Amino acid sequence: MAAIDKYEPGTSHFLLGNEAIARGALERGVNFVTGYPGTPSSEIVPALAQCTQKGKLHAEWSTNELAAVEGAAAAATAGLLSLSAMKNAGLSLALDFITHLSYTGLGPKGGACLMVVCDDPHGHSSGDETDSRWLARFATAPMVEPMTGQQAVELVKYAFDISQKHSAFVFYRGYTRLSHASNPITMGPLPQDAPKASSDNSVSLNPYLSIDKHQDLLAKMEAIQAEFEDCPFNTYQGPKKPELVVVASGAGHLAAAEALETLGLEERVGLLSLATIWPLPTAWVSGHLKNTSQLLVLEEVDPFMETAVKEALVDNGLGAVAVYGKGSGHIPMTGEMTPDRALTALARIFDMKAPARDEAYERIIQDEVAPLVISRGLSWCAGCPHRASFWALDKAIKADGRDAYVTGEIGCSTLDVFPEGKAQIKLLHSMGSGTGTAAGLGQLGPFGYTQPVVAVCGDSSFFHSSVPRLINAVYNQADMLQIILDNSATAMTGFQPHPGTGVTAESAPAPRLDVAKVCASIGCEVTIADPFEVRATTKVMRELMGKPGVQVLILRRPCELVRMKAAKSHPFRIEIDQEKCKGAECAVCSRDFRCPALYLDPATGKTAFKEQICSGCGVCVAICPFKAISKQEND
Amino acid sequence: MPLSPDPYNLIISGIGGQGNILLSRLVGRLMFRAGYQVSIGETFGAAQRGGGVFSGVRISSKRLYGPIVPQGAGSMIISLEPLEALRMISGYGNPGVKALVNSEGIHPVAVLSQKADYPDDEAMSAAIHKATDQAWLFNATKIALELDAPIAVNIVMLGGLVATGALPLDADEVADEVKASVPPHLAELNLTAYRRGMEAVAGA
Repeated sequence: MAAIDKYEPGTSHFLLGNEAIARGALERGVNFVTGYPGTPSSEIVPALAQCTQKGKLHAEWSTNELAAVEGAAAAATAGLLSLSAMKNAGLSLALDFITHLSYTGLGPKGGACLMVVCDDPHGHSSGDETDSRWLARFATAPMVEPMTGQQAVELVKYAFDISQKHSAFVFYRGYTRLSHASNPITMGPLPQDAPKASSDNSVSLNPYLSIDKHQDLLAKMEAIQAEFEDCPFNTYQGPKKPELVVVASGAGHLAAAEALETLGLEERVGLLSLATIWPLPTAWVSGHLKNTSQLLVLEEVDPFMETAVKEALVDNGLGAVAVYGKGSGHIPMTGEMTPDRALTALARIFDMKAPARDEAYERIIQDEVAPLVISRGLSWCAGCPHRASFWALDKAIKADGRDAYVTGEIGCSTLDVFPEGKAQIKLLHSMGSGTGTAAGLGQLGPFGYTQPVVAVCGDSSFFHSSVPRLINAVYNQADMLQIILDNSATAMTGFQPHPGTGVTAESAPAPRLDVAKVCASIGCEVTIADPFEVRATTKVMRELMGKPGVQVLILRRPCELVRMKAAKSHPFRIEIDQEKCKGAECAVCSRDFRCPALYLDPATGKTAFKEQICSGCGVCVAICPFKAISKQEND
Repeated sequence: MPLSPDPYNLIISGIGGQGNILLSRLVGRLMFRAGYQVSIGETFGAAQRGGGVFSGVRISSKRLYGPIVPQGAGSMIISLEPLEALRMISGYGNPGVKALVNSEGIHPVAVLSQKADYPDDEAMSAAIHKATDQAWLFNATKIALELDAPIAVNIVMLGGLVATGALPLDADEVADEVKASVPPHLAELNLTAYRRGMEAVAGA
């Protein structure tokens, strides 16, 4: 893929939704871009980092989302156009700052700021499907949401206009089926000028005298709402007197259009589609809804639009209009908006038969296809150091015999709790939460708690938010072992660099923060081990579990995918001695260790390996109890 | 050129790391350049190597469709792995669906951990044929390994797709796109993979 600034205006190219958002920001002249990786938001910052120019555009991976939004907001107060990108979970971390930023605004320098938050309905790559739209109401801030890739480009420019005009940051919401959908996008022109940054010392931007500022903010929101009444991206298609109006936003728009086409309802039903989702342009919405007696709201996860529309109906004397959606049970409260869901709801309201699969065919599927379809659980890659780390942890805990309790957090280590993981982590919530929860448990000795407490975190999470929790543990004298799985990458989201990698988002050199030195400076006892030295690692884990205070064990070994990208070759060739291998009698390497490259060959009854999957890491040599696996260095 | 059906819903499935996203974008770009509206829906992020992944490529001469393919509405399933082909057929299949499948299986971790049995090749092949209007199965992995390029399975499959004639794709234009999509030093290798895939399906 070419960098997104290389495309000529007027030409069309296939862009991922996140790249479309980035292109829109470039076309509007964005200067300062920040973010922290999180699916499905992770491609926005890299797309812009490929286009940076000194004095014109800066793009960074920030240490966490709080630092990201603070940096972006500050740049806007200095007169620049800024954008910060994160997933819904990250926005939660940044809220303390954001709720105050609503009160202060962006100051008088004419800057603008978009907070791009990408939700993950259905939780495809997330621990939850939390609906961030409520945070617009919570923070008293405007929010827009595109329906298509092309609109994603245009809506970025519109949102920057609103932000600049009202000195207010604007939430821009993405979602999996926008961010990770690809469409042909027509390019607009790129501006050449860059503003000069400076701060204005004649004003103090702070939220205090908060009652006054809250009142000012509410007035500002009314002015923004008035603008949203005329937003060109809010559209109505359909008859003048519709039998029903579908109110849709985001993924609901294309799902509704397809369902109406399939059911042949386009002449009978109107489609009211909203890009400005908070504050709701109530006059415009009510103007359309007064022509109908019933409506259906199509949106993902929570009834956010539905709530606002119901409020608008009551406020405008239209309380008699029947509302279908989440509340009526026509649309599920969980998961994505799909054409099927829109179709089912419409067919139910209009008492029509929804198209179904041919009956004879359905029987073939149920009787002859479905029984073969076994699940394919997620697992660590072949060569992943985490598989060895959790293997050693399992052995150490069993040898220790005191029922050690493991807390974890978000990242590739999370795969431990999936059905094909090692099932060591028993308490897991959010980025860095393993450390914070372990610090709590590590102080329960006086309550009779005797289990050793072990926290696990990744290296990116360590910098993201484990550090203050580790300080808390040291300060409050918890007894715990912190294991840091240092694989030199933010691996789960796509190998983005972080403060420990010595590289920036723009691929430039950066100071490399040393995890061990940071821990030592806090006052932790630090030990470093290689997870592929399985026996030694198990031994050191066992020793550290028994020690008082905050022990840190850094398990250092690069992510296999990162290593492979740089080295482009496998370190070892593996050989399995068919005489020594005990096959199904043992199966420790395949059944227990579960390296995806190793399997029991039904033909021989012994272990074999798949060459196209094996990474040549050689760790299986240490796992085999019968020394049947050997490795030879590749040339 | 009219498509039948329209929208034409192409499902491209496989295992994380097999390159199915690149394949779906290649096909998407080619169909867009041929004048069609195209939407690709993907889910990725947590799908590391070993997990199942799929993209929906929705192609239409009428208008832009959303990225999610409705259940039972697949027009063609291209799968880089046979078990994933069956998974896609069970969700998106219908009496008119076609399938192009790499017959080389990759065992899920649940098979390694002896919680499930991987279906045998004959059973999978029979089920794929029975639940599709037309199916092409061939060992694309073997071809890629012969070229010493296991990562080129997706390009072998692209060659197979062109040979099926299911989509209005011009063989030379596809070759040009393959060349433009890979680093120059890998162009010849990928073109060979593409041609071998085409031959394998044309000769099947």
